Amino acid sequence: MSSPINPAFETDVNAADQDLPVVNAEDIRIWYGTPKGPVRAVDGVSFSIRRGEILGLVGESGSGKSTIGRGLLGLLPPGSVIDGELSFKGQDLLALSPKERFKYRGRNLAMIFQEPLTRLNPLMRVSEHFAETLRTHFPKISDEEIETRSLNVLKVIGIPPSRWLAYPHEFSGGMRQRIMIALALVLQPAFVVADEPTTALDVLVEAQIIKILHDLRENFDTALLLITHNLGIIAEACDRVAVMYAGKIVEIGDAVEVFSNPQHPYTQELLRSTITLRTDGLHSIPGAPPDLIDPPSGCHFYPRCPKPMEYCPLAEPDMLNVHGGASRPGSTDAACWHLQLNDVPADKRGPLERDEIAAFEEA
Amino acid sequence: MSNGSLPRYILQRILLVIPMMFILLTVVFLLLRVAPGDPITASVGGKLSPEVIAQKRALLGLERPLIVQYLEYMWNTVTFNFGETITDNTPVLNIIRDNGGATLTLTLGAFAIAVFVGIPLGRWAARKRDSARDTIIRIFGIVSFATPIFFVALLMQLFVARPLGLPTSGIASPKIMFTVATNPTTHVLLIDSAIQGDWGAFGDILLHHVLPCFTLGMMICGVFIRMVRVNLLQTMQSDYVEAARARGIHERRVIKKHAFRNALVPVVTVIGLELSMMLGGAVLTESSFNWPGLGTKLMHYIMARDYVGVQGIVTFFAVAVALISVIVDIANALIDPRVRF
Repeated sequence: MSSPINPAFETDVNAADQDLPVVNAEDIRIWYGTPKGPVRAVDGVSFSIRRGEILGLVGESGSGKSTIGRGLLGLLPPGSVIDGELSFKGQDLLALSPKERFKYRGRNLAMIFQEPLTRLNPLMRVSEHFAETLRTHFPKISDEEIETRSLNVLKVIGIPPSRWLAYPHEFSGGMRQRIMIALALVLQPAFVVADEPTTALDVLVEAQIIKILHDLRENFDTALLLITHNLGIIAEACDRVAVMYAGKIVEIGDAVEVFSNPQHPYTQELLRSTITLRTDGLHSIPGAPPDLIDPPSGCHFYPRCPKPMEYCPLAEPDMLNVHGGASRPGSTDAACWHLQLNDVPADKRGPLERDEIAAFEEA
Repeated sequence: MSNGSLPRYILQRILLVIPMMFILLTVVFLLLRVAPGDPITASVGGKLSPEVIAQKRALLGLERPLIVQYLEYMWNTVTFNFGETITDNTPVLNIIRDNGGATLTLTLGAFAIAVFVGIPLGRWAARKRDSARDTIIRIFGIVSFATPIFFVALLMQLFVARPLGLPTSGIASPKIMFTVATNPTTHVLLIDSAIQGDWGAFGDILLHHVLPCFTLGMMICGVFIRMVRVNLLQTMQSDYVEAARARGIHERRVIKKHAFRNALVPVVTVIGLELSMMLGGAVLTESSFNWPGLGTKLMHYIMARDYVGVQGIVTFFAVAVALISVIVDIANALIDPRVRF
């Protein structure tokens, strides 16, 4: 992989893997062990990301977005288990020993975190962060090369070279997030996970950071998984979007298509909940995300769905390509029985009788 | 910007010693005057007639107004004129010179033991939280801190000294007190014996240090264990440690450079406080082990209500504490750039 910012590292292999997806996840499952039993935080998630592509991952708190991001890098906390197939440029990462897998971290798979204020070591200068990171992956790199490569990246990100020797506390939150991004990009990783990178920042800074992330593919040709609960960011920055609910992807497709023509009831509800200047009343989805220790049977969303059928609690719908797309036909996959009515027995298509969700349950 | 403020910070910190010393000396002066009794009545009260006692008091200037005595005391301290003790007419500076060495080697030895035992133990405990070794180390930490020094000293003398063949009293065997100690160059016995090339005496003095140093070191070792452990546990969970892991930094380096180094910042502050506490502990340790240091002398002069002696030694301790706190602050600023505002 090369970039106009810095020359490619010699060890990078090119050409052969151009057409392979950078990251391919098949049926990823992640459990957390808790005293009450295992939590299925991620339950059979599949997606793939190509070079230079930005996939947005959106969902409520607790839907398993961040867990996927951490799982991809192997940063899950002790007591968690990951299963499925996760390949990076054709190499199955989960089949590797922890030590082998560790080599991918930083160099090939990078992560940008939510809270930039606390992510830099307060006792280390910016220069020391870069030197440590580059030396770890390229032990023979010279001091001059460290400085040139780092300053090149910092310049693109908007940090002037005069701040090279400064300490983290001398920067604002937005600048620290830029340094974190530069720190990830200086290794020229093929894949970056950005886990809610703008949540802690104000709106103007947010726009700057999103712009930087959006420009990644031009400057670095990086594939990006952008995790967020902010639908506006997805619409602005992403090529494709995956909507998660209760540990599963319920809809995935072209960003424009998903936003203009949402297929899954959850996506529709989520889009109705956004606030615009024309909003004159808040819409929310009643109820709360389900308990993932003991998730609902069938479709996980039926307890909160506005139009559940009798069949919904009985079986789980598969992801299915949706043909009826308006702008880009066939670009969306969704998992909802309404989209595959042919598979629902005729006598189970009636509306589901359901207890009203009381307001207090939302807590 | 990040570097320029360091010298200014150090200068600021050193200048702050002046008001700090002023307050310390005032407290020392007031505490001694508030306590009932004075050196004359304590030493010869009841034996001499009131006229003679009044005469002796006047000779010492004890009849003058407090404010005059206070100003005189402050001036004398500033000019390093600590005077002569009332009870045995020895210049206080000589006492500090002759006995300071023993206190110095005792506290430094104890401090070294506390640092080299406490910090690694705390680090080791934190690496496996809530394991058996963590629990044992934590209990050891709290017990060693909570046990009074004189009790630890007693246990050491009763149960440790004999099996290991360690001396339980004094800083050297009597014979050495007549050879090395009577011919001082630095007044630090350990160094003097080395200078004189008397390695037999050096070993003997070193052996005498073992039990007192461990007794005193144990007290603050517990603090170090718990401070290092809890801070390391905290930094291991910190966001920047996870971010370093995400960049692929090797785990050994993450622990050393990111977790452990950052965990030491609050520990350095505590080290300063503990060094001051050790001077208090040294007084107890010295009386328990019959150690010829400043603590033993201080006890002696307190019993005798010797204002000049107590004042001199306490003032010396106060200066030492003030200097230690400056050194610790500078050390902290060197480690943590956020301190150099």
